Amino acid sequence: MTTPNETGASFQESGGVSSDTGEGRQRRLAWRSTLQAIGMLPVLIILGAVFELMSGRFLSFQNLSIVAQQASINIVLAAGMTFVILTGGIDLSVGSILAAAAMVAIIASKIPDWGLLGIPAALLTGLVLGVINGALIAFARLPPFIVTLGSLTAVRGFARLLGGDTTQFNPQLPFAFIGNGNLFGIPWLVIIALVVVLVSWFVLRRTVLGVHIYAVGGNPDAARLTGIKVWAVLLFVYSVSGLASGLGGVMSAARLYAANGLQLGQSYELDAIAAVILGGTSFVGGIGSIWGTLIGALIIAILSNGLILVGVSDIWQFIIKGFVIIGAVALDRYRLKGSART
Amino acid sequence: MTGSSPILEMTNISKTFPGVKALKDVSLTVYPGEIHALMGENGAGKSTLMKILSGAYHADAGGEIRIDGKPIVISAPLAAIHHGISTIYQELSLAPNLTVAENMLLGREYHNGPVIDRRSMARACRSVLDRLGVSFKPTTRLSELSMAERQLVEIARALIANSRILVMDEPTTSLSSRETDALFALIRQLRAEGLAIIYISHRMAEVYELADRVSVLRDGTYAGTLQRDEISAERLVRMMVGRDLSSFYKKEHNAKGSRGPVIFSIRNMRDKQRVHNCSFDLHHGEVLGIAGLVGAGRTELARLIYGADSRLGGEIVLDGRRLSIETPQDAIDAGVVYLTEDRKHLGLFLDLTVRENVNLSVLGRDAFPGGVLNLRAARARAVAAIRSLAIRVTGDIVPVGSLSGGNQQKVLLSRLLETKPRILILDEPTRGVDIGAKSEIYRLIDDLARNGVGVIVISSELPEIVGICDRVLVMREGRIAGEVGGVGHPPISQENIVAIATGVREAAA
Repeated sequence: MTTPNETGASFQESGGVSSDTGEGRQRRLAWRSTLQAIGMLPVLIILGAVFELMSGRFLSFQNLSIVAQQASINIVLAAGMTFVILTGGIDLSVGSILAAAAMVAIIASKIPDWGLLGIPAALLTGLVLGVINGALIAFARLPPFIVTLGSLTAVRGFARLLGGDTTQFNPQLPFAFIGNGNLFGIPWLVIIALVVVLVSWFVLRRTVLGVHIYAVGGNPDAARLTGIKVWAVLLFVYSVSGLASGLGGVMSAARLYAANGLQLGQSYELDAIAAVILGGTSFVGGIGSIWGTLIGALIIAILSNGLILVGVSDIWQFIIKGFVIIGAVALDRYRLKGSART
Repeated sequence: MTGSSPILEMTNISKTFPGVKALKDVSLTVYPGEIHALMGENGAGKSTLMKILSGAYHADAGGEIRIDGKPIVISAPLAAIHHGISTIYQELSLAPNLTVAENMLLGREYHNGPVIDRRSMARACRSVLDRLGVSFKPTTRLSELSMAERQLVEIARALIANSRILVMDEPTTSLSSRETDALFALIRQLRAEGLAIIYISHRMAEVYELADRVSVLRDGTYAGTLQRDEISAERLVRMMVGRDLSSFYKKEHNAKGSRGPVIFSIRNMRDKQRVHNCSFDLHHGEVLGIAGLVGAGRTELARLIYGADSRLGGEIVLDGRRLSIETPQDAIDAGVVYLTEDRKHLGLFLDLTVRENVNLSVLGRDAFPGGVLNLRAARARAVAAIRSLAIRVTGDIVPVGSLSGGNQQKVLLSRLLETKPRILILDEPTRGVDIGAKSEIYRLIDDLARNGVGVIVISSELPEIVGICDRVLVMREGRIAGEVGGVGHPPISQENIVAIATGVREAAA
């Protein structure tokens, strides 16, 4: 029984024991786990090729840049969501937290001379809301689905309250460059998203905390007996998700010069969850990788962009997106049959 | 089995899995009205043989199964039930949200047209339950019943299906001693009614008490059958292991039989209900056994010491210093570690790699500032552990779930050893472990004791505990009921332990 799981969790630089156990086999195992980490990459490539063939414009630098920008906020939210889902939890409140944080960002940006305070204020808003989610889950031992379903609703109301239920504008937004500027031709939004992915990778793969996250998701009872502070891990992952949502709020506000507590971030949680699941992360926790999430988020963005390019109507876009998500995950399960868990 | 003809004959049964021959020409003959124990080490093929009988597996071509002398084909679990064969698995296969009657007739509900006929169902179930002499009603919801009562529901389900052959796979695993006694009485009653019972167990004591005959499997082959008056622990072990006990167990750490100073003391350890005022001392370089029937409170006591469950009171003293252990982390920091009896659910992270599983408890110690992993150290530890414990694995980044039971246990053991423990509490250290790994674990325990680590071994396998321990505490109903092997106590023997464990003899603790 040597079928490796889509472990990914291993802090693998190269191989382990080699001399006495067969170098070739070790390499084969490493290769297979790499294949599994890549997972949905073929789907991504095929989608890109199909859209290029059908529209002839998909692969232009300009269009790819648009796709990356469109994907960036979802990548950030999905990165936070990856932490949460790796522990076997769920965070439904990311869209609402994003809205609240964006409201805070715009309102704070209007303070004369101190407009840049909008950024830390929004991040702090996201972090605090995430800590509240985490505390309710880690200490009050409430189910994550229920807690974040509640905060999905409550924080949405809070976001509307912040602006007196109106849209807040700031045409002189001091951090507008985040949403619209470039660095060496690469949009800031994209840079932020990639930095978030890299930091997430580092935390998940290169820190003690990262291993503990996988351990808690894989077997919470054993984690406790091993001496892992399960409560601290849970508090951390929901805080990370909240912080990522706060960052998403900054990005969104910077892009639009505006925020609206009612509409902004509606159903973003669904796209974030879809990206994580498309990326091969197990819904029960313990298995998955941030690279998978990145690919998942790109698939979703390419679908939206490509379907528009090809001229598919708005209604059909929804239907096709839904089927692609189910189909891609079904394909993945089929491919990993025997070793995969849902 | 008084000269009657056999109810079940399995002849020349083989089963090949990809790469493994799990069964080689195994034969088994069972008579009506007998309790036929089936013994063998893990991996010997007992479960495979029984799964063939229950229709979960198909045997290779060439073998034959006869019932009442007539050859039959068991193509699926339903066919087995149709032929009167019912299996009661270790993990009960009942739905806790349904009633007793619904569970007993699951999939075979009585009905008039599309409407379920609850009244007839209840009547049929009641007559079976009366026959078993149970206290609950057909309408009781299963979730209100204890594990023992649920097992009775399983048996009732077999009876209502008119089964004549009942396979029971380790049925006493989760039962207390009193519940076990009640179950045994019931099994004897079923024998008197003419049922054939195939009883799979690891426990010598149960087999002594219950079995009319014992068949033994070893490495997928048939090792022989003993009649009731031929059954002895030595013979059974020799049949199961294929060699003598003396070369199997290791007890060389204390060849002189002397004993060192006390290094670890437990005083008045207690919780709300399962453990009552347990006190004991552990000496330097000693292997101390804790024996007792299942449910006697051994695991509960260990978990209290380790800080895994909350205690009502009790003192822990290591090297003359009082420890305050509130969580498992406190225990690990103090040098007291615990090997769980349930490595799949409470010990290992099956999706994580060998490397991660070995290192989990020491990641923080090795890490760079900021909690950044020290990959080199982690790899070195894992590779060293694989070498020194002879873990058979293709590399250290293989998921631990793909290893065999014995190798998984070694991975878990090496995680504990990485913390450099002073005191090692091993709960069923060889459960689900093959023979080769077993003897390696015994050697490891012997080495650790020689190097001054205090080892406490909890085990339900008497030959094991007698074979490797210097002294054995015997627990009964949450108390330490007696001791064997120590100064001023009866010598270590299976008989003395059983006598104290069952309350036949009261010894001063």
